[in-house]
Amino acid sequence: MTDRPENFTEWYTSERFNVGVRRRRTREGVLRGLGMVSILLAVTMLVTLFGSIFYQARTAFVQTQIGLEVALPAAEFDGGTQAGADAIKDVNFRGLVADALYASLGGRPDSRGARREMLALISADASFQLMERVIEEPSLIGQQSRFWLPASDDMHNIVQGVVDRDVTEDDRRTSDAQINWIERLEDQGMVRSAFAWDLLLRNDSRDPEVAGIFAGVVGSALMLTVTLVVSLPLGVAAAVYLEEFAPKNWFTRLIDVNIRNLAAVPSIVFGLLALAVFIRVFGMPRSSPLVGGLALSLLTLPTMIIAARAAIAAVPPSLRTAAMELGASKMQTVSKVVLPNALPGILTGTIISMAEALGETAPLLMIGMVAFVADAPSSFLDPAAPLPVQIYTWSTSPERAFAAKTAAAIIVLLLFLFLMNAAAIYLRDRVQKKW
Amino acid sequence: METTLEKPETAPDRAAAGHETKMECSEVNVFYGDFHAIRDATLNVHAREVLALMGPSGCGKTTFLRCLNRMNDAIENSRVTGRILLDGQDIYAPAIDPVHIRTRVGMVAQAPNPFPKSVYDNIAFGPRLHGFVKGRAEMDQLVEHSLRRAGLWDEVKDKLDERGTDLSGGQQQRLCIARAIANDPEVLLMDEPVSSLDPNAAAIIEDLITELSEDYSIVLITHSMEQTRRVADRTAFFYLGEIAEIGITQDVFDNPRDPRTVDFIRGAFG
Amino acid sequence: MTPAIATYGVLLLSVFGYLLGLRWALRLEAGRVRAMHSRPYYHGMWVALCMLLPAVIFLLAGLALKSFVPEWIVVRGLPADYMEGKRASLVAARLWSIANEQFGVSNVQPLEQAAADRLVWLNKLADWIIGLGALVISILMGLYALRPIDRAFQARNATERIFLWILIACSAVAILTTVGIVFTLIFDSLRFFAMVSPTEFFFGLNWRPITAIREGQLGQEGSFGFIPVLVGTTQIAMLAMLVAGPIGLFSAIYMVEFAPHGVRSTAKPVIEVLAGIPTVVYGFFAATLVAPLVRDFGESLGIPSSSESALAAGAVMGIMIIPFVSSLSDDVISSVPGRLRQAAYSLGATRGETIVRVVLPAALPGLVSAMVLATSRAIGETMIVVMAAGLAANLTLNPFEAVTTITVQITTVLTGDQPFDSPMTLSAFALALALFAITLMLNLFALQVMERYRDQYD
Repeated sequence: MTDRPENFTEWYTSERFNVGVRRRRTREGVLRGLGMVSILLAVTMLVTLFGSIFYQARTAFVQTQIGLEVALPAAEFDGGTQAGADAIKDVNFRGLVADALYASLGGRPDSRGARREMLALISADASFQLMERVIEEPSLIGQQSRFWLPASDDMHNIVQGVVDRDVTEDDRRTSDAQINWIERLEDQGMVRSAFAWDLLLRNDSRDPEVAGIFAGVVGSALMLTVTLVVSLPLGVAAAVYLEEFAPKNWFTRLIDVNIRNLAAVPSIVFGLLALAVFIRVFGMPRSSPLVGGLALSLLTLPTMIIAARAAIAAVPPSLRTAAMELGASKMQTVSKVVLPNALPGILTGTIISMAEALGETAPLLMIGMVAFVADAPSSFLDPAAPLPVQIYTWSTSPERAFAAKTAAAIIVLLLFLFLMNAAAIYLRDRVQKKW
Repeated sequence: METTLEKPETAPDRAAAGHETKMECSEVNVFYGDFHAIRDATLNVHAREVLALMGPSGCGKTTFLRCLNRMNDAIENSRVTGRILLDGQDIYAPAIDPVHIRTRVGMVAQAPNPFPKSVYDNIAFGPRLHGFVKGRAEMDQLVEHSLRRAGLWDEVKDKLDERGTDLSGGQQQRLCIARAIANDPEVLLMDEPVSSLDPNAAAIIEDLITELSEDYSIVLITHSMEQTRRVADRTAFFYLGEIAEIGITQDVFDNPRDPRTVDFIRGAFG
Repeated sequence: MTPAIATYGVLLLSVFGYLLGLRWALRLEAGRVRAMHSRPYYHGMWVALCMLLPAVIFLLAGLALKSFVPEWIVVRGLPADYMEGKRASLVAARLWSIANEQFGVSNVQPLEQAAADRLVWLNKLADWIIGLGALVISILMGLYALRPIDRAFQARNATERIFLWILIACSAVAILTTVGIVFTLIFDSLRFFAMVSPTEFFFGLNWRPITAIREGQLGQEGSFGFIPVLVGTTQIAMLAMLVAGPIGLFSAIYMVEFAPHGVRSTAKPVIEVLAGIPTVVYGFFAATLVAPLVRDFGESLGIPSSSESALAAGAVMGIMIIPFVSSLSDDVISSVPGRLRQAAYSLGATRGETIVRVVLPAALPGLVSAMVLATSRAIGETMIVVMAAGLAANLTLNPFEAVTTITVQITTVLTGDQPFDSPMTLSAFALALALFAITLMLNLFALQVMERYRDQYD
C-alpha cells in the first residue's frame, strides 16, 4: 500500500468545497443561459424578418382607386355603339380619363404644368384598364358611368399613409396641390381602397401601382416543371443504382464523393455552368425556363439523390428477399416492390428539392433571367422572369411603392414554400406510421 | 488466484463481525414515467464490505445502483421516493447537490468508458474539477497513487500521455477504477465491471475488488455465482424490482429462503 | 426537318416498335405463357429501347456539333485579309446578326452577306442530317432488334441490361456535372488569363472591370486585381460566422444537453424555418431594414458608414447560416456517446463541466468541420451580398463601409449585356474558378474530417 497524498473526505464535507460547488453550478447556469439566449435570438431574428416583411407589405395588398365619371361618347368610337375591339383600341382613352378627372376637380387647369400635375394623380395604366373594360363590355359606349381606376403610386402612398402628408413639400415627391386635390376627392367619397387583384393577376409593369406577379408565377411554374421532369427520373435512377446495384468500387465511391461535394458547391457556379454549356454550346435561348430549369435540375440533383437513397434504404430488406424468392429478377424487385414502397419518401424528397429550387435566384441571374418581362411566358423557350428574380428586380427599383410590392411578392413566395413544406411533412408523417 | 480461493472462508467472518452502516436505504421506490422500476427496496451497505446485487436481467439492479449516487437524476421522467442515507445524511435532501454525492460515491460502468484524453488526464479529471490538489507535483503523486491502487501503474507509467482509449479492455477498466479512486470516494458502485472483459482481465479486476474492499464499501452487480461467492461478503437478490432476499453470501447460497432465490440459484447452477 | 420534328418522329417510331415487338411475341406465345423465356411486353420494350436510345444520343451529339461546326466552317472559309485582327467568335456573331437581318447591323459587305447565307444554308443542312440520321438510325436499330425475337430470346435480360446501363449513366451525371464545371471554368479562365496576366489577377490591389465598348478597345481596359474582392469575401464570411458560429453552437448545445423534450421539439423546427427562407428574401431584409440600421449606428459612433455595408450583409448572412451550423453541430454533439457523459457525471462533474471538458473536446473535429462547411456556404452565398454589400471593391477593414465579394462581382459582370469574349465577361469565370477552388478545398477538408469523426463513434 502506497502512501496517499491527502485524505479528501474532510475536504468535500467542508464548507469550502460546497461554496466551490455552488460556483460551479453558477457557471453551468451561464452555459445554459447562453444556449437559451441563442435560441431566443434566432427566434427573434425570424420574427423580426417576418414582421418587417409583413409590415412593409401591408400597403401592397390594397390598391388605391379613384372613382371617375367617365363619359364614353359614341362619336369617339369608330362604329359607334357597335365598335369592335380594334376600333376601341384606337380611341384616346387617356383624354377621356383626363376630362373626367378635370371635371371632378372643378375644371381643366390652364397651365400645362398644373394639368400634368393633376394627371399624375391617376396611374399611367388607368387608360389601358379603362380600354380593357370597354372591350369586355362594349355596351358601355355612349354612356357615362363611374369607373374605379388605380391611383398613381405616389398618391397611393399618401392615401395609405406610407408617406406622411404633413411633412413639408420639399421632403416628399407629391406637391401640396396634389394633396389638396386628393383630399377633395376623398371628401367626395371618390377614393377607395380595394384588394389589389392586380398584384396577383397582372404581369410586371414599370408602374408599381399596377405591377403584378402573374408572369413570375407562370415563369417559376414552367421552370420547376423542367426541373421536376429532369431531376426526378435522374435522381431516382441514380439512387436506385447506388442503393441496389452498385458494387463497392472506386467508381461508386467517386460518384458518392461527387454527389456530396456538389451539394456544397455555391449555387452561382451552376448558373455559370448553364451559361457555358446550355446556352453557349447547345445554343438554347437565354432567359428561358428551359435553361433555368436545367440549371436548377443540376443544382437540386444531389438533394434529390440523397433523399431518394434514404427512402430506398428505408424499405425493409425482407420485402426484397420475398420478391426474389418468388422468382422476380433484381430489376423486377426494384421496380415492382422497392420503388412503390419508397414512393412516399421519394415524393417528400422531391417536394423539398422543388421548394429549394423555387427559392433559388443567383444561378438564374447568370443565364440572363434579369430582363424585364412584360408578358407571361407561353412556352419553355420564351424569356421568363421567375418569382424570386422578380422579387430581386423589384427590390432594386427606385420607386418607393415597389418596396411594398417586393414584400408582398415575398409573402406569396413564402406561401408557396409553406404549402410545399407542409405537403412534405404530411407525406413524411404518413410514411413514418407505416414502419 | 490465491486470494480468491481464500475469500469464501473469510467473508462470512467479516460480515458477521458486525460492521458500521455506510449507506442506509429504506423503502426506495423508482418510477420511470408510469413504470414502477423499484418497489420498496430496503437495505444497508456496510462500511468496507463487498455487497453483491444479483438477479435476472431487467430486475432493477442497475436502476437501484444508480439511485445510490443520484445518477438517475439525469433521466427525464424519473422519480425516486424513500430515503437513502449516506453516513446518516439524506442524499436526496433538497440542499444536497448530486455533485457532492457522486464525489463520495464513485461508480465504475459495465463497459470501460475512458475519456478520449491521455491516461494522466483521465485520472486527473475528478480532482481537477473539485480542486482537491494544488500544483502539478501533488497531482502527479495522486495519479501515481490511484494507478497503483488499481494495479495499473507498472503497465502505464511510461505511457501516461497516450490516450486512455488506446489501452486494452482490461487496462481501460482498471483505468476507470483508478479514475474513480482518484476522487477518494467512500463507496464504489460497480455495474458488472468484468462482463465485457476476457477471463484473465476479469480475474485481475476481481482481485482488485477484494483488495479495495479494505478501504471502500463496494456495491457490485454481477451475474456470475462463482464471482459472487469469491468476492462478496453479502448478497442481495433482486426480482422484478423487489429485493427478494439479502444476507451473508454463504448463507444465501446454501440456504435460500425465498422461493424466487431458490429458483434463480438452481437455474444458474443446474 | 427540324431536330424537334425528328425527336417526335423517333418517339413515335419507338412506340410503334414496342407494339410490333409485343405483337410478334404474343403470336409466338400463342396463349402458352410458359413456352416463352420472357413475357411479351419485354420483347416490346427491347425493340423500343433499341430504337430510342441510339437515335436520341445521335440527336444530342448532332445538336452539340451543330452549335459550332457550321460557324467554324464558314469563318475558316473567309479570306485571311478580312479576318485580320478580328476575333472568330465576334465575326460569327456578326454573321448571325446579318443573317437574321437584325436591327442596327450596318455596312454589310457582299463578302459578309455571302458568308451569312452560307451559314444559314449549312445550318439547314445540319438540321436535315441530324433529323434524317436519327430517323434512319431508329429504323435500322428497330430491324436489328426484331431479328432475334423467338421463344428462347432472353428479352427480359437484354432489357434489364439496358436499364442497368441507363441507371449507371444517370449516376454518372453527378460526375459529368463536376467535370463540366471544372472544364468550363478552367477553359474560360485560361482565355481570361490570355488577356490579363495571372500576376495582376492574383496580386493586384485594384478591381475595376471596365466595359470595353468597341472592339478596338480590347486590351486597354480597367484593372483586374483579385485581392480586394477576396478580402471583402473573407470579411463578410467572417462576420457571418461571428453571428452564426456562437448562436448556432450554443443553441445546439442547449438543445442536445439541456432542453427538455418539449422545448427541443418546438425550437428545432422553428430554427429550421430560417433555413427554408430563400436567400433573396434575406437580401431584401438586409437591404431594407438591417443596412439602414447599421448605417445609422455606424454614424452615431462617428465611423464612416455607407448605406450598403459589410456588416449588414455579414450579419444577415449569419442569420441565414444559423440553422446550418446548429443542425450540423446538433448531429455532431448527439453522436458523442452517452457513456462518456455518464462517466463524467459519476465522477461528480456538473452538466456544464461535462459539456465543456468531455463532450465538446470529443466533438471538436466534427464541430470544426461543421464550421468550415458553414464558412464555405457563406463564401458562396450570392443574393444577400448582391443586395446589401455593394459593388465597389474597397480595400477596407471597416465593417460599416461597402465591400464587394466574389459572387457579387460575378453577378455584376455577367448581368450586363457583354460580348462573351471581353475580358470583363471572362473575368467572371476566373472569379468563379477561384470561388469553386476555395469552396471545394473547404468542403473536401470538412467532409473528410467529418467522415473520420463519424467512424470513430460508430
